[in-house]
Amino acid sequence: MAESAEEIRHHIRVYMMVFGALAVLTLVTVAVSYLHIESIAATIMVALAIASVKGALVAGYFMHLVSEKQIIYWILILTVAFFIVLMLLPLLTDISTVGIPV
Amino acid sequence: MSAEEIPYTVEPHPVTGVYNGKLGLWLFLASEVMLFGALFSTLVLLRVGAADWPHGWELLNVPLATLNTFVLIGSSVTMVMAWASLKLDDFGKFKLYMGVTVLLSFVFLVVKYFEYTHKFHLGISPATNNFYATYFTMTGLHGLHIIGGIVVNLYLLFPGNALWKTAPEQFTNRVECAGLYWHFVDLVWIFLFPILYLL
Repeated sequence: MAESAEEIRHHIRVYMMVFGALAVLTLVTVAVSYLHIESIAATIMVALAIASVKGALVAGYFMHLVSEKQIIYWILILTVAFFIVLMLLPLLTDISTVGIPV
Repeated sequence: MSAEEIPYTVEPHPVTGVYNGKLGLWLFLASEVMLFGALFSTLVLLRVGAADWPHGWELLNVPLATLNTFVLIGSSVTMVMAWASLKLDDFGKFKLYMGVTVLLSFVFLVVKYFEYTHKFHLGISPATNNFYATYFTMTGLHGLHIIGGIVVNLYLLFPGNALWKTAPEQFTNRVECAGLYWHFVDLVWIFLFPILYLL
């Protein structure tokens, strides 16, 4: 916890770079949406990929996850596991038709 | 340490390696991921199952939401700068950055207010269709989180800052925890914005 003033100043420079990256990525994601790409799958993938990079920057640098204690990582690994289950739940509504030709 | 003092507000707990507030805050955020995750999952289910689903950009105001994205990212930067200022022992800068953070939070809410009232004037409500139901539910819940953050940040900015004089490290940790929450609210918006407005 006891970081020197020099280290904090270094952090601040990193925060400013992250700020710049987030601003650019926001512009990119809006610009891409104006292209109105035909494929809905491609649109979703691009939008989510950019959002994930932005989210990783916020979590990694603003929330200091790049240099956090192990216990926090374990909490997040569990969270991600359950989050994935949550995202897969909609598939269950189709489970009775899986493998049956339409 | 006196008997009535709460332990591990500054010192890391020997078992976890972090001060207790941070552990608690991260557990809270884990539950928040589940709360918002359930709504995202619901949106996927409704959208995949719908015969027809509008593009967000056809119905919603993308320029205003883009502005709000910048506002929220900016407030995240000022929030982390408020914490870094305390680390550098600069209380004046802390007040400045925290003040700007709260100000930007209000800007976000005002923009959101205009978006909402415009829809209401058009007679659009959550009952209009599933698209608007998910839009109002998710942005509404996110907006409530913004209000919660404003309450905490205003407390730290004004009455709560008395702690800086008696226990500066504990106060700095409180600001860090408030920051973790605030960055999470920003993170949720980073996903809400493209999913609701741009797809």
